[in-house]
Amino acid sequence: MDEDGLMIHLEDICFGYPGRPSVLDKLNLSFYGGERMGLMGSNGSGKTTLFHIIMGLLKPSFGRIEIMGRPVKEEKDFREVRKRIGLLFQDADDQLFSPTVLEDVAFGPLNLGKSQDEAKEIAVRALESLGLAGFEDRITHKLSGGEKRLVSLATVLAMEPDVLLLDEPTTGLDEATEERLVDILKGLDVSYILVSHDLDFLKEVTFGITCMSNGTIVRDDERIPHTHIHVHEHGRYAHEHGRKWPHDKG
Amino acid sequence: MIEELSGRDSLIHRLDPRVKIVLVFLFSVLVAVSDRFLVLLSALALGFCIALLARLPVKQLVGRLVPVNLFIVFLWFFLPFTFEGEPLFSVGPLVGTHEGVLYAARISIKSNAIMAVMIALVASTSILTLGHAMYELRIPKKLVHLFFFTYRYIHVIHQEYVRLVSAMKVRGFRPGTNMHTYKSFAHLVGMLLVRSSDRAERVYNAMLCRGFRGNLYSLSTFSLKSYDVISLVFMLAMMLALGVLEWTKMV
Ligand SMILES: Nc1ncnc2c1ncn2[C@@H]1O[C@H](COP(=O)(O)OP(=O)(O)OP(=O)(O)O)[C@@H](O)[C@H]1O
Ligand SMILES: [Mg+2]
Repeated sequence: MDEDGLMIHLEDICFGYPGRPSVLDKLNLSFYGGERMGLMGSNGSGKTTLFHIIMGLLKPSFGRIEIMGRPVKEEKDFREVRKRIGLLFQDADDQLFSPTVLEDVAFGPLNLGKSQDEAKEIAVRALESLGLAGFEDRITHKLSGGEKRLVSLATVLAMEPDVLLLDEPTTGLDEATEERLVDILKGLDVSYILVSHDLDFLKEVTFGITCMSNGTIVRDDERIPHTHIHVHEHGRYAHEHGRKWPHDKG
Repeated sequence: MIEELSGRDSLIHRLDPRVKIVLVFLFSVLVAVSDRFLVLLSALALGFCIALLARLPVKQLVGRLVPVNLFIVFLWFFLPFTFEGEPLFSVGPLVGTHEGVLYAARISIKSNAIMAVMIALVASTSILTLGHAMYELRIPKKLVHLFFFTYRYIHVIHQEYVRLVSAMKVRGFRPGTNMHTYKSFAHLVGMLLVRSSDRAERVYNAMLCRGFRGNLYSLSTFSLKSYDVISLVFMLAMMLALGVLEWTKMV
């Protein structure tokens, strides 16, 4: 497989949850190897849904999906996809299910046919790379929210995927951990699509930011008029800018 | 969940999971078919010895046995009165029979004995290991899945329950005997079912994403060591003795 080939190609994907207006409407996406794409969009715009469609967890009502140059339709095809693409769920509680951290992280490698020793080694390495050395025997559902996030990421990294789909990886992380995540992401040798609402974070770890709205991907080069809201000293008190205060001189 | 104890160490923890499963199965069958009180009581004692050998905290063990015994208490209200036989006591128009009481007593002992070893098994083996060991024992895949996912989903339901109850508590909910309480509980149960099934589906999806294809693997290799063989032979001998005791009653 060539590194810079077309990894994910979506054509006219339509999807709607039963009894609701459609979430994705003729969505097109081309994602190339080596790319690091940031994905933004308002709450409920369908980012999570898009990821689940790529992984074959939801079936589009219309459209074509090609992964690594091959069309994928059935569950059987998606099984291969899941070996190459790792999804970090928005909610870490969905991702962790084994009693202990080590077992959970090793679950993926074991499924990929690694031996027990290999799987253990991969798991330990994945945990270490996230600064989670010593977490092996912790009980997964007794971790803090941020710890669960990181362990979830370790479970995905342990699959050694070519492409990562990261659904809001920074929620619940403190500043120091977020910085560590930035370093980790920068050091990784994988392509990824990253959903986040944090523009500064996205700027740091991605090469370009794409927006989702009205069920489609808005092209990067399009300029969208928008307003900023920013934090402001004395914002609590009504005041006008440019007005001269009595004690101001000049 | 009790499987949290599976990371500990004890004689029972170190036993090969396959041996454990086979022994628990044989033990349960033996207890289920036995009638003689001597046999049942010995089995009960044996069951508790095993649970203690697994270094189960007594409090935890008792905690797990309470629900079973609540159900049994319920049986005690019915069984003595529904059996034909020698009258033993009467409550109003209801007559409790000797046979009925004995039957209820047998069920109580049997359930507790079987539960004790089951708890020891689950508490000393991680659920994935257990699933893997069941494959190795050539138990049909479908049954193993049924077992694994039942176990998982009980856990999921429990977690969702804890979450919902805290959500209610932090908003000042205090149960009382009023419409608001009943309504809130009805919502709780409804939400519990919906959320658990959603969550279960998402967890299953997450498993699929990590290459789950219906096989459960364990991080530990199973190999029969001399310790396993000795334990197996010892337990089989014990059970054989109990079986002989039971059988000699009939002849
Ligand atoms: N299981 C479901 N059943 C029905 N509707 C759903 C379901 N999941 C999501 N939706 C709806 O589909 C739309 C898109 O949801 P999605 O989770 O993809 O949004 P999102 O872009 O990930 O939002 P957020 O930024 O809040 O995570 C929303 O309007 C949501 O209400
Ligand atoms: Mg989302």
